[in-house]
Amino acid sequence: METPLTNNISPGKEPPDLRQYENGGGYAAVRKALRMAPAEVMALVEESNLRGRGGAGFPTAQKWSFVPMGNDAPRPKYLICNADEMEPGTFKDRLLLEGNPHQLIEGMIVSAYTVQADVAYIFLRWAYKLAAERLESAIVEAYRQGYLGKNILGSEYSLELYLHVSAGRYICGEETALLNALEGKRANPRAKPPYPQVSGLWGKPTIVNNVETLCNVPHIVNRGAAWFKNLSRGANGGTKLYGVSGRVKNPGLWELPMGTSIREILEEHAGGMRDGYRFRGLLPGGASTDFVVADQLDVAMDFDSMQAAGSRLGTGTMIILDDKTCPVGMLLNLEHFFAQESCGWCTPCWSGLSWIEQILQRLEEGSGQSSDLERLQSHARLLGPGHTFCALAPGAAEPLQSGLKHFGDDFDRHIHEKRCPWR
Amino acid sequence: MTTIHIDSRPYTAQDGDNLLQQCLSLGFNLPYFCWHPALGSVGACRQCAIKQFKNEDDKRGKIVMACMTPVTDGARISIDDPEAREFRASVVEWLMVNHPHDCPVCDEGGECHLQDMTVMTGHTYRRYQGRKRTFHNQNLGPLVNHEMNRCIQCYRCTRFYRDYAGGRDLDAMVLRNQVYFGRHEDGILESEFSGNLVEVCPTGVFTDKTLKQHYTRKWDLQTAPSVCMHCGLGCNTIPGERYGTLRRIRNRFNGAVNGYFLCDRGRYGYEFANSKHRIRQPSLRKDRSAALQSAIKRDMLQHIAALLSNGTRVIGIGSPRASVESNFALRTLVGPEWFYAGVSDRDGRLLASILDILRQGPARSPSLHEVELADAVLVLGEDVTNTAPLLALALRQSVRRQPQKIAEKMHIPHWNDNAVRGAVQQERGPLFIATVAGTKLDDVATQTFHAAPDDLARLGFAVAHVLDSSAPPVLDMPDALQELADTIAEALKTAERPMVISGIGCGNRAVIEAAANVAWSLSNTGHPAELCFAVPECNSLGAAMIGGVSFESAFETACNGAPLNDNTAGATAETSTDVAADFSVDTVIILENDLYQRADAAIVDRFLAAAKHVVVIDHIDNATCARADVVLPAGTFAEADGTLVNNEGRAQRFFQVFVPQGDIQESWRWAQDIMTITGSGKGQPWINLDQVSAACAAAIPLLQPILHAAPPADFRIGGQKISRQPHRYSGRTAMLADISVHEPKPPEDPDAPLSFSMEGYLGHPPPALIPRFWAPGWNSVQAVNKFQDEVGSSLAGGDPGVRLIEPVPAGKAEYFSNVPIAFTRRTDEWLVVPLHHVFGTDELSVLAPAIAELAARPYLALNPADAAELGLAAGDESRLQLLRTNGRTGYSLPVQLKSELQRGVAGLPAGLPGLAGINLPAWGKVTRLGIGMKQGAPP
Amino acid sequence: MLSEQEKQQIEAKVQHYPNKRALCLEALKIVQEHRGWVTDEGIADVAEALQLTPAELEGMATFYNMIFRKPVGKHVILLCDSVSCWIMGYERLREHLTTRLGIGLGETSADQRFTLLPNVCLGACDHAPVMMIDNAHYQDLDPGKIDEIIAMYRQEDIAR
Ligand SMILES: Cc1cc2nc3c(=O)[nH]c(=O)nc-3n(C[C@H](O)[C@H](O)[C@H](O)COP(=O)(O)O)c2cc1C
Ligand code: SF4
Ligand code: FES
Repeated sequence: METPLTNNISPGKEPPDLRQYENGGGYAAVRKALRMAPAEVMALVEESNLRGRGGAGFPTAQKWSFVPMGNDAPRPKYLICNADEMEPGTFKDRLLLEGNPHQLIEGMIVSAYTVQADVAYIFLRWAYKLAAERLESAIVEAYRQGYLGKNILGSEYSLELYLHVSAGRYICGEETALLNALEGKRANPRAKPPYPQVSGLWGKPTIVNNVETLCNVPHIVNRGAAWFKNLSRGANGGTKLYGVSGRVKNPGLWELPMGTSIREILEEHAGGMRDGYRFRGLLPGGASTDFVVADQLDVAMDFDSMQAAGSRLGTGTMIILDDKTCPVGMLLNLEHFFAQESCGWCTPCWSGLSWIEQILQRLEEGSGQSSDLERLQSHARLLGPGHTFCALAPGAAEPLQSGLKHFGDDFDRHIHEKRCPWR
Repeated sequence: MTTIHIDSRPYTAQDGDNLLQQCLSLGFNLPYFCWHPALGSVGACRQCAIKQFKNEDDKRGKIVMACMTPVTDGARISIDDPEAREFRASVVEWLMVNHPHDCPVCDEGGECHLQDMTVMTGHTYRRYQGRKRTFHNQNLGPLVNHEMNRCIQCYRCTRFYRDYAGGRDLDAMVLRNQVYFGRHEDGILESEFSGNLVEVCPTGVFTDKTLKQHYTRKWDLQTAPSVCMHCGLGCNTIPGERYGTLRRIRNRFNGAVNGYFLCDRGRYGYEFANSKHRIRQPSLRKDRSAALQSAIKRDMLQHIAALLSNGTRVIGIGSPRASVESNFALRTLVGPEWFYAGVSDRDGRLLASILDILRQGPARSPSLHEVELADAVLVLGEDVTNTAPLLALALRQSVRRQPQKIAEKMHIPHWNDNAVRGAVQQERGPLFIATVAGTKLDDVATQTFHAAPDDLARLGFAVAHVLDSSAPPVLDMPDALQELADTIAEALKTAERPMVISGIGCGNRAVIEAAANVAWSLSNTGHPAELCFAVPECNSLGAAMIGGVSFESAFETACNGAPLNDNTAGATAETSTDVAADFSVDTVIILENDLYQRADAAIVDRFLAAAKHVVVIDHIDNATCARADVVLPAGTFAEADGTLVNNEGRAQRFFQVFVPQGDIQESWRWAQDIMTITGSGKGQPWINLDQVSAACAAAIPLLQPILHAAPPADFRIGGQKISRQPHRYSGRTAMLADISVHEPKPPEDPDAPLSFSMEGYLGHPPPALIPRFWAPGWNSVQAVNKFQDEVGSSLAGGDPGVRLIEPVPAGKAEYFSNVPIAFTRRTDEWLVVPLHHVFGTDELSVLAPAIAELAARPYLALNPADAAELGLAAGDESRLQLLRTNGRTGYSLPVQLKSELQRGVAGLPAGLPGLAGINLPAWGKVTRLGIGMKQGAPP
Repeated sequence: MLSEQEKQQIEAKVQHYPNKRALCLEALKIVQEHRGWVTDEGIADVAEALQLTPAELEGMATFYNMIFRKPVGKHVILLCDSVSCWIMGYERLREHLTTRLGIGLGETSADQRFTLLPNVCLGACDHAPVMMIDNAHYQDLDPGKIDEIIAMYRQEDIAR
């Protein structure tokens, strides 16, 4: 089984430095891409069917194709690596950032070249201190070696790359809020359209891609689209970093073929439930995905299959709910997070989420009423996609509506017993 | 125009608009909060949700925000859709989660957009059981009250204050449901537009602090359409009265003039009308040593009749703060040859020159709305933020015109506000500002240039010469300045709507002429330009049109018996210069004018002492009244009707708001009464304002159109007058019950088609007569939507006012050729130039306590190098000695350093209390206080 | 006034961005790094250096949670309270820490040594429960482990 993303990564050890990275074939993709026309690279990525790993699964080449090209395109153009990773239960990008920073830098150079970006930023979550250190030194190395800066490797192409460390807040991961944060403004998302590809950072064409997405790019350039597609088990190409947290025997993170089934990940890689704990459900791709329950475990973890199953692949990092954990308490924890991280821009989110949190709090404490369930149901519906300014609130509604569906009995018990049965 | 389908019925809609604006324009009641017609859409509140369907077969549709969705041909939407309704009801419910139920004690109650929208969406029952979040409020100064618990996080306040008006001391803080809109600490809001927060905020977070002192609900206010008195722009206002006192001013939307906004001087200056300095009774004194004693009107008139009996010389001094009709009535009373303009010689000449330029040149004077549309602007000599505040607000919008093209290229609709700002970023302009000192608009200027007035004029002349080589050249231009002139010329030439702005603010005629040359050279070379002059007072131009040489000429005549100066010949049309040199004045009648504001006290003293009798008609007791033998109480703008001509040359009518107690009446009525009793005057006695206007229009052709500024007094709708009191006006039968239990008959109003009563027409009158904005379900200021055909543009039926001046075709006017020589420093002398302040320099508004609190203290501004040479540091006391022949010339002032001031130039905040009546620029000596005295300089 | 060092550190990032506004969070973080937290004076200093207003900076400082506008202790403990850590025993650890340090969430210990703050997911969910002290991550926590870590910080402080 090929694991191109993590091949060079040994957790707990220093990441490969520039020499080691080059010895392992590193920066070959940059050399190769610079000899290709940007459109050829774009075509390659398009053929590979690479889809964004940030959560929404948008086809990467298609996103890039909206960037104005040619001499009269507005300048500078920007490429941003979204390394904000703050979705609860998600810990995949951290591995790539800490474990192999050159891989990301290479991916960014190739991607930036494809859209002819002039400046690139890594928007890094503040908490990833180790990653920041390692990225800083990798960037210095890359500049020194001529992979960054003016006329990269003697080509016509130039790229400046900077590390920007955030000051906190989940909403900064939303790509348009990220732009505002980077500009030194409050991280309220922006209206779309216009899309960032047209009017992004400082009003200029901008691409925002997830760490994992960008890390795939050099491998596609090196080994071709067909190879990439073949890595996966289904139509969505490539490998995927899958993670599991919760009361499983062996929580962790693995690079597996895209489309590996939930069951395989859960049972073979995570080792199944810990002794004494039974599986009740899981959030497949971070806090803002719908609960998946026992009868759905054979679904393939890829974008299309998960969608068909009524959930989302999201970040591909699962959170397991066991039978000794209160689902109402878990939802309270989740909704508290979303309410707290709401940017405060649109009403359903800033007001609705805190109301939801209060209702859940009441239910969890045993003072809830059955009308509260209706309130929660309608909130989950009213916070749906399109109703709010960005996807934070709909993301918050996903575990809520599916939780109400799957754990209705548990809610009822809280109401009737006037206490949390797990406490 | 395209067709859209709303709830399955076709409507014609405006391409390029958003659906919310369209639905409102079509008369639908679609609720909203964050959207504002002047501020555009940001999609934050989610209140304007509707359903949109892909096509006829799409039955599911999806929820969209109407404010963020463009009108597209054939669009199918539903307002009535149950899901959309449910969502809108939820939004209000969410907004009300934290909102206190304090409507009964909230100043916004009864005119609250949140109340209206809550009712509109049908949210009545509270289901939220949790605690509400609470905030601390801030003291934001004397104008705006802060009550954050009522906030619904619509972001309108900061969008207006920061994005629209350029303020930077109010911001959004924290996040989630805790967003706090305020300053970083307690303190006075810095923007001179802060009062608009009161109207922009859809609930009671920001309310009018002055109203609080004499609070009255909107429905209990008697209101009438009015015009602001506090600068020359003529913003439209709605004053409200109860129990004989003025309670507040609200914006009166006029799409061509002030749009949705007012400045703080205009909004809060009204309290002068309630001032204890009001003149409420006629009074007279036996001789100059006695005190004024109140008198009965009849006796008073007889006394005046005696003063004016045959053979005596009577002169009248008009006023730029009195109506056209009152000025005209006085002019009729004394005869045109004895009528003097109530402005200083300097101002008179500058205003006359502006009037000539606008009448005889090819450049059109723009409305404020047109200023917003200008896409390249040169400001020459005028600190507009302080002399014509709303002009500055308009310029802040104009600098977005050219950058807007960036957004257009990206297909971002102009109303998608944050997206436009995101695309445009810091791009601004072109706006070039050339002034004596830095201005608040400099932050959005492409380039600024600060120099002595003559050098500003030279820059202007140079720009004109670049644009049209037949305009006179400027010799000895330094390279850098020529380069700037080239840049400005290029920017103006390549713009679609170039504009030049100037005014009398720096007291320099060459600056005005240079501005004219720039605009004319553009117009003459195929780039039709607009030319906008800021003038200081509400009827500066109207009074200039009526004419009369400056009152300083009267002084000279009275004081010296000497012939008039040549330079007074600059005054306009009806000017009479053949005043006999040998006359001495028996009686002078002064109309609504404190001469001490306009000339040195010593000169005015001598003049008033020389006149045998001084009659003052005014509403405010001032220094001039203190010297008067007879004082007649005039109505303020709120107690009188009249016509004012603003800087654009737009004649606008203001209407009486309430009937004052006692003998207070319109100044023109006093003039009429005097004419009646002396048997002077011409023709029939005037019994109403229309007759005065008609006589004025007949006598002065330029003023002919004022007859159409508003419908005449006999205008009726369905046989009814328009009511000044809302239909919910309460307590009418009880409010005077302590005096009499019989409800008095409402006063008659011979002058206007408005009634002092609830009885009357309550629907939509013609725009000039709208006494307040209200429509069923729309109690807040947003009701103005219902008075516009296209929401956000003009009032249905056209924006009020008539333009009096239109430009002549290009090529007719001759360029001005008096190019001044470059300013040179003098040793030991400074050119003292006026610096302007929005608060404190206007005679009337400074009587409003809140405005007085904001007035600057007098100071002398110096270039730091000059100050250092004089041994002066910031804050040191200096002595300024103006070099003039007569009058008071010495002032002790603390020093302020202004590095933009050219060396050899000093700035004086003329007009501030203590610094009134100084005509600048003038040369002066500056010394360090103490040192100068020791050396024996004059005290 | 910004110190020379603060100025230099801010200056070093200037060329990363096309305007000064973009530097504002970085500048606040630098000030925080040197002064422990962002004082009113710190806000004023940064405002002056970047030509922003205190209101604008306050709007930023109060939005982003890693800018401290109140004094914090020598060490800031960020205890992850997000879902995976919650499942794996966050509440027990919180109880433990609050009794051990004698402070509630959001508070600073009497000796000014520790400030305890709840924090969103720290990105180590497979090793939940997790916390961060200053720049270091601590994983797979239990009360015993926490005691050792706290003791270690106490000792280091005394040793210094
Ligand atoms: C509230 C919110 C938080 C997000 N956080 C992240 C994040 O931390 N990292 C990330 O890559 N994408 C995040 N996203 C998704 C981004 O908006 C964006 O879709 C993604 O960076 C695009 O990258 P991709 O096309 O490579 O997937 C978030 C979205 C939302 C709505
Ligand atoms: S959904 Fe929430 S986070 Fe997103 S814009 Fe609205 S308030 Fe902000
Ligand atoms: S008015 Fe449309 S979202 Fe606020």
